[in-house]
Amino acid sequence: MDKSNITAPKRIYAKEDVCIGCRLCEIHCIAAHSKYRHDLIKTFKKLSKRPLPRIVVEEDVPLSFGLQCRHCDDPECVKACITGAMQKDPKTGLVINDTERCIGCWTCILACPYGVIRRDYTNKKVASKCDFCLESGLEPACVKNCPNEALYIKNTIKYYDL
Amino acid sequence: MSYVIIGNSVAAVGAVEGIRNLDKVNPIVIISDEPYHTYSRPLISYYLAGKVTQNNMYYRGKDFYNTNNVEPILGVKAQHIDFDKKEVILEDGRKISYTKLLIATGSKPLTPPIEGVEKQNIFNFIKLDDAKAIEKVATRCSKAVVIGASFSGLKAVEALVQRGVNVTVIDIMDRIMPRVFDETASSMALKMLEKHGVKVLLKASVEKILGHQAASSVLLKDGREIPCDFIVLAAGVRCNTDLVKGTKLKINRGIIVDTMMRTNIPDVYAAGDVAEGYNFIEERNAETPIISNAYKQGETAGQNMAGAQKVFDKGFIMNSMPLLDLSIVSAGVSSPGEGITVKAIYNQGKNTYKKFYIRGNNLVGYLLINDIDKAGIYTDLIRRKIDISSFEHQLGRDDFGFIYLPKALRSQLILEC
Repeated sequence: MDKSNITAPKRIYAKEDVCIGCRLCEIHCIAAHSKYRHDLIKTFKKLSKRPLPRIVVEEDVPLSFGLQCRHCDDPECVKACITGAMQKDPKTGLVINDTERCIGCWTCILACPYGVIRRDYTNKKVASKCDFCLESGLEPACVKNCPNEALYIKNTIKYYDL
Repeated sequence: MSYVIIGNSVAAVGAVEGIRNLDKVNPIVIISDEPYHTYSRPLISYYLAGKVTQNNMYYRGKDFYNTNNVEPILGVKAQHIDFDKKEVILEDGRKISYTKLLIATGSKPLTPPIEGVEKQNIFNFIKLDDAKAIEKVATRCSKAVVIGASFSGLKAVEALVQRGVNVTVIDIMDRIMPRVFDETASSMALKMLEKHGVKVLLKASVEKILGHQAASSVLLKDGREIPCDFIVLAAGVRCNTDLVKGTKLKINRGIIVDTMMRTNIPDVYAAGDVAEGYNFIEERNAETPIISNAYKQGETAGQNMAGAQKVFDKGFIMNSMPLLDLSIVSAGVSSPGEGITVKAIYNQGKNTYKKFYIRGNNLVGYLLINDIDKAGIYTDLIRRKIDISSFEHQLGRDDFGFIYLPKALRSQLILEC
């Protein structure tokens, strides 16, 4: 079977030894998911309601690191979801929440082993999580803009039987 | 080879997806007495509150049966199973033969033995049809009594409040959600409910329901009479084993299954609320009536029906419940017991509550109110039976996370390995 056109699921990992806790990943994540896509100044100057960052920065000075959805092979959040809004896309391998169908019951938050799903009350109550910057060509803003290269992408090779 | 699934909810969907992981060809039949495309039962409270439409209640897309080569037989009750002939007999007389059978008939409401409980305008709160029936009478400013301050009772309360109904909730216990809440948690919920105008009557037992044909009031044993236009019963659920009672299928409270979801009869599996499978925390077979458990049991059953040798032995109770202004999550052990240490932190200023149940070196349960964002990490500590002794004192921190775990453990859990 020709597997060349199948996207392998990718994961973002942190290097805690080089993360300086500047939280620029959060800033760029917010901008990447705002209506002024990637425009920091417009996002922060013009929007009173900004999206939540989808990366969680844990910090206990001097240690810090960023953490986001791992798009698990066997995702707990998908199995726990009571609406069916949280699904793993068989083509991209990404775990994506359909915010139209999400009702904000937070069962995914209870199930996620990484603690990286947030409650978003900005508009309609929905679960907010990393989408691997799907709409920005799968180039995560957090990784691209980390000044210290403390975040990196690793392709985990697992092909799905599509 | 043919697969037959009785039931059309989460465990059934898990089974279809489990089967289709391995077997894309052989036909699957789904039988359900409900006439609806597979939908999520917990969404009925959101439906009643007007927050989701029926179209958004579907647990899988409209093409689900088609894509997975499933023949749905909906709105027809399975009457009987002939385990020797390997046939399911439907109420309309049709016989559906199976090679592998999954029983996923879910749970059914417990009707409390109250005089007058058969009157009109008294509803259960389990199925979509219950919510549809309540919707007709739950008009703005109508009066409702909810019997049972349980999880589902409180979700009914929430939906009714959001519809502008005047609600009184009654429970025989001295606190709200007695199985999960202690007094602190209960009083937080009480305060919030009262703010929304809900009357909560605790330590109150119902003598009878009054009214001619339809319920018009609830008479308590202490003589108080609560007038109402309708009543919602939320006195709990039990495994829906009606179909297989009195057969050679082994049943305790639910259908007994092993960790591969097999019953005592060859080629017959059970999963979801009707099953009594291995509970990882109680270390014995027990009912674990929650969605994620139903899905995983169903998925495991499906894979094994298709020839795999999968084991699911990690079932335990966990629940998330937004209740009006409160976010409540809990998992695992929820009451003190032998060998269990309890740590509770109540922050009045922030209106948060955290409670941890620790057995030996393991976290075995927790309850969080409002500060719930890291709940999943605690769940995973339970699921993986991680030795927490070196960071136990950090568990209750507001910024708890992997950062407070020893480096070796943190690396194992979140760094690349």
